[in-house]
Amino acid sequence: MSNYRIQGATGEWEVVIGLEVHAQVTSNSKLFSGAATAFGAEPNSQVSLVDAAMPGMLPVPNRECIRQAVRTGMAIEAQINAWSRFDRKNYFYADLPQGYQISQLYHPIVGEGSLLIEADEKAGIPEDKIIGIERIHVEQDAGKLMHDQHPTMSYVDLNRSGVALMEIVSRPDMRSPAEAGAYLRKLRAILRYVGSCDGNMEEGSMRADVNVSVRKAGEKFGTRTETKNVNSVRFVMQAIEHEAMRQVDVLESGGTIVQETRLFDPGTGTTRTMRSKEDAHDYRYFPDPDLLPLVLEEDFLAECRASLPELPDAKRKRYVEVLGLTPYNARELTAEVETFARFETLLAETAKVIGKDEAAVATQVANWSLSVAPGVIKALGDDVDPANATAAAQAGILAMQDKGEISGGQAKEIFEIVLKTGRDPAEIADAEGLKQVSDTGAIEAAVDAIIAANADKVEQYRAGKEALFGFFVGQTMKAMQGKANPGVVNQLLKAKLG
Amino acid sequence: MTDLTSLGVKEIRDGVRAGSFTAREVAESFNTAVADAAALNTFIVTTPDHALAAADKVDAARAAGETLGAMAGVPIGMKDLFATNRVQTTAASHILEGFTPRYESTVSQKLWDAGAGMLGKLNLDQFAMGSSNETSYFGNVTSPWKKAGSNAAMSPGGSSGGSSSAVAARIAPAATGTDTGGSIRQPAAFTGICGIKPTYGRCSRWGVVAFASSLDQAGPMARSVEDCAIMLGAMAGFDPKDATSLQMDVPDWEAALNSDLRGKKVGIPREYRMEGTDQAILDSWEQGKAWLKDAGAEIVDVSLPHTKYALPAYYIVAPAEASSNLARYDGVRYGLRDLPDGVGLQDMYAATRAAGFGDEVKRRILIGTYVLSAGFYDAYYTQAQKIRALVARDFALAFEQCDVILAPTTPTASFPLGSMNEDPLTMYLNDVFAVPASLAGLPAMSVPATINANGLPLGLQLVGRPFDEQGVLNAGLAIQQRANFTAKPEKWW
Repeated sequence: MSNYRIQGATGEWEVVIGLEVHAQVTSNSKLFSGAATAFGAEPNSQVSLVDAAMPGMLPVPNRECIRQAVRTGMAIEAQINAWSRFDRKNYFYADLPQGYQISQLYHPIVGEGSLLIEADEKAGIPEDKIIGIERIHVEQDAGKLMHDQHPTMSYVDLNRSGVALMEIVSRPDMRSPAEAGAYLRKLRAILRYVGSCDGNMEEGSMRADVNVSVRKAGEKFGTRTETKNVNSVRFVMQAIEHEAMRQVDVLESGGTIVQETRLFDPGTGTTRTMRSKEDAHDYRYFPDPDLLPLVLEEDFLAECRASLPELPDAKRKRYVEVLGLTPYNARELTAEVETFARFETLLAETAKVIGKDEAAVATQVANWSLSVAPGVIKALGDDVDPANATAAAQAGILAMQDKGEISGGQAKEIFEIVLKTGRDPAEIADAEGLKQVSDTGAIEAAVDAIIAANADKVEQYRAGKEALFGFFVGQTMKAMQGKANPGVVNQLLKAKLG
Repeated sequence: MTDLTSLGVKEIRDGVRAGSFTAREVAESFNTAVADAAALNTFIVTTPDHALAAADKVDAARAAGETLGAMAGVPIGMKDLFATNRVQTTAASHILEGFTPRYESTVSQKLWDAGAGMLGKLNLDQFAMGSSNETSYFGNVTSPWKKAGSNAAMSPGGSSGGSSSAVAARIAPAATGTDTGGSIRQPAAFTGICGIKPTYGRCSRWGVVAFASSLDQAGPMARSVEDCAIMLGAMAGFDPKDATSLQMDVPDWEAALNSDLRGKKVGIPREYRMEGTDQAILDSWEQGKAWLKDAGAEIVDVSLPHTKYALPAYYIVAPAEASSNLARYDGVRYGLRDLPDGVGLQDMYAATRAAGFGDEVKRRILIGTYVLSAGFYDAYYTQAQKIRALVARDFALAFEQCDVILAPTTPTASFPLGSMNEDPLTMYLNDVFAVPASLAGLPAMSVPATINANGLPLGLQLVGRPFDEQGVLNAGLAIQQRANFTAKPEKWW
């Protein structure tokens, strides 16, 4: 249970949140036309006759867009509707050439599913929580109006017109901005794992309509408002926070919440009225007579299922149970596609170079991937050529460390040089003297000399002042110019000090 | 030498192949006849150069010994609902006046590929909405026929009225039509020619200005069943650009024409015996039965119990789809734009559409908008879809007892222009026999049967099973051979 509450003058209020996420389907061409979909192209350079709704033009469904929606549905373990249908949503606007959007109101392609958000104490999510997903349907995006091109006229760019969107509709199951944020991040991760949406919120590939209402604990749902087109996780959380506060203020000052559509202003973090229910459109939905019902064959569904990658929850579980990683590391490594991809490549390479099972080196690789390597890269700033951080180079460093040839500090130093120059790690270790001494003879000589020079401390140590052990380690390392294998040093000191 | 304009599709095709005359001679003759017939107002634009260029290509191909296409050397009229590359395409509306597409509809392209040429773009009821060809922004089309003893201008039917008038007047050997609720069959019946609406999905709708997408079908209009078979073969075929296109091979309908109906059963639907039907129509229906019996068919009574609901259902479904299909004509991207000084987007829409659409189009947009509105959708649109399913089931059951259905095409013969404008419902009723087959997506044809006491043509309608255009054409041929319909309008234009 979320403990997020708004403290009003009349007591605590609970926030109820549902999200409708519009995710642009990754596909080379649009939902019903062959036009391209690349972001940032010259205005009106990716517009077919169909997208511009020329007389007599007809939509033909794009198989790849349908496939991506089905795979997404499978990834959230949703019901896939083998029979679905497209409907027209009718309204007039200059960015909507057909005068209707082809969508799926009555029979969406994907039905009930769910998504798990993980406990995150720091973020205020005390335990794992399942968020229901009501449906996913596919629909066309609209074009874009440009108001800054001419003093008295607006221009229309139809590049986006007809691009395939998935509308992913959650149940009103979230109770805090943190939960909504976690849901969005998790959904984004799943879409990116599946490859059905690039999840790029800045470019508008993913945007959310945020439904918010407030209620006193145990009461039924209050009237909700819908804040349209919020385009970052942070803004979604801000919009919820602001909107919930606003609703509490209205209710506590004796007002009522009007069901309406609102706009989020990223500049101020506030929401404002866009249109109220009274001027809501009557969209006159009806089945699109240009399109037959969409029937998904068994082999198509089988191919969709077979093409699904390992998904975040399964991967995280495997990292903990098979690779022996900590839950924290597993979560961090599986959060983003790039992160786990780099990790798994390095893990495989390191296991190969060292000649051990992946599970035997996983923790070492995980620590390297999550803290050591990013730390080095961050410290170097602009001096880094990321292309130098090859899996082979990093595995080479990890292997030397595994064999005790280099210390952790030396590993970082070598990695720095690799990043700057692209030189081979083993060659660096040799040439720069970045190797630790594991030769027992040399270390023993140093240990003996230090014991001899510090008889008083030896006595104190033997009398029970065990904290002094660190002193002897430090002295030995200093004598060895930091290059002694700490394991060997510890072992020898333990033996000699008794 | 024969007057080439008296020839039909088959005769022209065969004559060009045989070298009896050149395609250019044919095109020139028809171009002249078209130029001569401005009084009929059949064409919105004429394209004599298109016809000549196509003819020259055919003549050159023949000279080179190449195989000629199915429509080689045949100049046709193109209903102005089909988008034609670089030729104005208006749907007979003001809102598309001056609109010149840079694309060619699939059906017209197929016809050009088969060797046909274009005489011009034929007038029609605006956006194919009308049954008399009086809703065109470019003026009424007049039928070449006259009522005995009257000089009144007669309706050629609609919406393919330019097509029917041109073919009946012998200024085109054939023309394309489109049929949403009778728009090929009713004008064919009014003007004494043949016209077939194939099974829904046979002809691609790509590039045809949409009226009601689930009903619209293109088809040929010509003066014989054979000509219709030839031309339909050139028009039909699967088109990946139309998601409702039938993924089926196109049979060689012409080759399989056979008027021997022995072993076939012809159904007579008892519900088509309606009040308000002319006695002459009922008589011609009886005559039709006799002809088909003579051709060897067995006549059986069938029932299509939901017939009386078909027309009301049609006038919900078709306007509903039209209200949405016509939303794209908004003045933003092409066509008419009426932008009064200083107004916003909504005002531009209102001004553009008020000026750009005619009354009948506006009426249907309003009806369609109403029946799809929240609170009315279930009572109208959902109910109409149920009726549509029942009408289709009626036919499916009837076709368990018969192979083809014979009925009148229209309840009346042609009427004088302007005589039916008081009440739109009276006009809608003219399609009462045509609409059920449209709702069921079935192939249906009108063939000329006889001339009534006023000297006006009457047609008979044949409706077949899905995909059985052949059965329809064969029965049509049997009637044609027995009706011996040789009447033609006196040239007055």
